[in-house]
Amino acid sequence: MADKIVLEIARYEPDRDQIPRFQSFEVPFRKEWVVLDALNYIKDKVDGTLTYRWSCRMGICGSCGMMVNGEPKLTCATFLSAYGRDAKVRVEPLRYFPVVRDLVTALSDFLVKLQKVKPWLIRHDEIPLAAGEYLQTPEQLDLYKQFSMCINCTLCYAACPVVGLDQDFVGPAALALAQRYNLDNRDQGSEERLGTLAHHDGIWGCTFVGECTRVCPKHVDPAGAIQQYKLKAALDWVKSFVLPRGHEDHREDRRKEAA
Amino acid sequence: MSTQAAPAEFHPRWFRKRVSTWWWLGEWHYLKFILRELSSIAVAWFVVLTLFQLRALLHGAEAYARFTLRLQSPLMIALNAIAFCFVLFHTITWFNLAPRAMPVRMGGKRVPEFLVAAPNYALWVVVSVFVGWLLLRTP
Repeated sequence: MADKIVLEIARYEPDRDQIPRFQSFEVPFRKEWVVLDALNYIKDKVDGTLTYRWSCRMGICGSCGMMVNGEPKLTCATFLSAYGRDAKVRVEPLRYFPVVRDLVTALSDFLVKLQKVKPWLIRHDEIPLAAGEYLQTPEQLDLYKQFSMCINCTLCYAACPVVGLDQDFVGPAALALAQRYNLDNRDQGSEERLGTLAHHDGIWGCTFVGECTRVCPKHVDPAGAIQQYKLKAALDWVKSFVLPRGHEDHREDRRKEAA
Repeated sequence: MSTQAAPAEFHPRWFRKRVSTWWWLGEWHYLKFILRELSSIAVAWFVVLTLFQLRALLHGAEAYARFTLRLQSPLMIALNAIAFCFVLFHTITWFNLAPRAMPVRMGGKRVPEFLVAAPNYALWVVVSVFVGWLLLRTP
């Protein structure tokens, strides 16, 4: 007989359930299978009502994030074999997010917060098209590249207790993405982002638990991005006393441009 | 700034779990974080103790002798031993934070994290050895 593994899956049907319940499914244990393969097997062969998000199956789209045995994971990159043949694997929706149905969470909160930090290139003076593209050296790219690897999978939100305790906290991914644009020499929007970032719901809400960085499947290091911004914001604050007229951010923007 | 989303027309009811007061007990990573935060109490404790020591010193040799006698009680020794462990933990986590907050770059490349933390540890050892020498040398 082929090996089996038991998946305990959180089910929630808003029309029927007051709170989520767990349902166990037995699936074939195959060493090349990831948790998402097991979920697809259940959906195809056992229970078509099981609801979850997925798309690319290769750690790029960021839509299959779930809690696997209490850890935020991309289910397309989490092998069943990591849990052993006889283990029970518990699959739940990402922690701290409202659950819409089964393993599907509501991302509206996150999307609002993401937009708040303006994660796009902001220019005050557009260079005419004829002047050519904005050039960037490998060193300039290297400054922000790590933070640009974010796929918005929100595993870091499910790992961050501050997100759970304070629903207004902007959160790790959005703050790291803000820093990604702040560090880009083509961007001139750091001053516009300052109000959202240097705020008690922004970087100062972070208590540096560091879990966001540990669970990030793309090694973005949101905790590092936030601490770096904290240091910068604190130094700017000190500079505003020492150099009352010479510390403004737009000077830095000009410097970035000249570089 | 309120960003709280609410259920909409097509998904009329959501389930939102309340975070327990004891959220930090279930996972070692969270417990470690809370212990790190609590370690600041141990730092404050040593600051207060040092202030009391200075006060005893100002009040003369007799007062200082009373102060050191009080420190020798088993309760104080236990308390200081626990506080010392917390301060060690505080120091190590603080030094490990340094390279995360300060990405040092040399020659266009980021310096490896341990090289940023290492000078902190080196300075710590040098200062500790100096203080140890100051306290333990025979007059």
